Amino acid sequence: MLSYPSRIFRFYRDGFRSMTIGKTLWKVILIKLFIMFAVLKLFFFPDFLKTNFLSDEQRADYVMEQITRPAQNRIEEDSTWSR
Amino acid sequence: MVEIDLGLVNWSRAQFALTALYHWLFVPLTLGLSFLCAFFESIYVKTGKEEWRYLTRFWMTLFGINFAIGVATGIILEFQFGTNWSNYSWMVGDIFGAPLAVEGIFAFFLEATFFAVMFFGWDRVSKNFHLFSTWMVAVGSNLSALWILVANGWMQNPVGMAFNPETVRFEMQNFWEILLSPVAIAKFTHTTSSSFLVGITFVIAISSWYLLRGRHIEMAKKSILVASVFGIFALALTAMTGDESAHSNASTQPMKLAAYEGLWDGEQKAGIVAFGILNPAKRPGDDSDPFLFEVKIPYLLSLMANRSFDSFVPGINDLVFGNEKQGIVGAGKMMVRGSAALTDLTAYKDARTIGDAAAAETALTKFKQNQDYLGYAYFDKPEDIVPPVQTTFYAFHIMVFLATFFAFIFIAYLLYGMKDTIARKRWLLPFGIASFFLALTASEAGWIVAEVGRQPWAIQGLMPVSVATSNLAKGNVMATFWMFAGLFTVLLLAEIRIMLWQIKKGPEGE
Repeated sequence: MLSYPSRIFRFYRDGFRSMTIGKTLWKVILIKLFIMFAVLKLFFFPDFLKTNFLSDEQRADYVMEQITRPAQNRIEEDSTWSR
Repeated sequence: MVEIDLGLVNWSRAQFALTALYHWLFVPLTLGLSFLCAFFESIYVKTGKEEWRYLTRFWMTLFGINFAIGVATGIILEFQFGTNWSNYSWMVGDIFGAPLAVEGIFAFFLEATFFAVMFFGWDRVSKNFHLFSTWMVAVGSNLSALWILVANGWMQNPVGMAFNPETVRFEMQNFWEILLSPVAIAKFTHTTSSSFLVGITFVIAISSWYLLRGRHIEMAKKSILVASVFGIFALALTAMTGDESAHSNASTQPMKLAAYEGLWDGEQKAGIVAFGILNPAKRPGDDSDPFLFEVKIPYLLSLMANRSFDSFVPGINDLVFGNEKQGIVGAGKMMVRGSAALTDLTAYKDARTIGDAAAAETALTKFKQNQDYLGYAYFDKPEDIVPPVQTTFYAFHIMVFLATFFAFIFIAYLLYGMKDTIARKRWLLPFGIASFFLALTASEAGWIVAEVGRQPWAIQGLMPVSVATSNLAKGNVMATFWMFAGLFTVLLLAEIRIMLWQIKKGPEGE
């Protein structure tokens, strides 16, 4: 009699082995995740506040500065943080 | 106040809209098809007939394809929150964190655990446990939607929180108030019930195609019968929850309601526009006719909005300029209070910077008197609170018109299905095929109503989209927009190709 973890392992192993279209779908999922996390997130979507500031206090100060300034100034004048 | 650079804001919005619309091609199909798979399998377990097992496995495979291609497309939205909408993300982090964490813990694990049993467990676990797993996948998928819709509902009706100027965050005060907000509940029930229609029409469309081709006729007929029964219930639920959604809009987002009804001047005994062509030249406060052509059903809008036939429903002009007689405060007065809030918030910030605790305390006390109007401080003129009326109006009417079409389709399919003559109604079958694409259109149109109709707000009354956005170079946002457009097109083509391949192969491809 197999132990419970072994049965679960075999369940998944046999399931993956017997996949037909599932194999293609897994390839699509893995390619998609690679593009999302290794390309898009890394190179194009850094967290703006985490990247530009060291502490939560600095982040809060920056956001406060942003919301207490007129819109045009907020967007155009401060080019410091523009990528 | 000088003019806002709408270039950056609009590109950020366009990118978010593109991603959300793409993500939403997969989600409603997952939500609807998961329940259909559960229904099919329940019949199999109840009757023990192998043809139902065969049928269930076929639809489950298509469910799996859609799930696999759609999975994680929503994560890109989270990337955009951090990059393009950093002010917003910072300020709502405390509110969004809880519902999304609950989603991760409960719904995702529920879904992920039983998903494997659903696909790998045929003949390896008992029939009843397999059926239980299929139901859990359906419930889990829909629970996943609950939490994100609660977060969205909060943006449309921010309750259960307080603004903390020290952390510059909206902080959660009452989780249950956020979860059980009428807007969140209406949003969840209407979104999920309308999503069922996408799954239902998917089954009807593919089954119709098989009937037209003379293939898998028995499976197609059985699928149609179950789908059309579910369709009638789901459509009734969608209509009821849509009505509730409009009713909650009347109290929380009256401007959105006025926009999707094309109601410029408030009316007592207000009617619903069943069909209309808007006057594109109409602007707030002018005397031109709002419609070039309209067919109106009297009283219904008052009934829907206030549950009373002769009640007053405010129009766009009432909300912009105020209506003293009806006790409606115009946006101009709210802008004055918003500006006071912003001035006091600025004074608080300055006092804190120089370490003047007494002045900071005074400014904070004054700020709290007007903080509910803070968002109005960022507008130049009262008319700025008007969303794009034409987009909202037409999206809403397309959605409602298509829902009426689905009613005819489901009734016709059910009647002919019960008489066992559906395979011979070849004139009807192309409409069944079209119904899936129309259901997707209606579902996307629903989101356009919800999101375009609430413009210019990111958080209703508190934060316009122009304040929510990050200070980025516009070119970067444009570049990533086109990058996404390309990526999404490739992924969509991949899904369509895999899906069509499997559909052509049919159930024997199992």
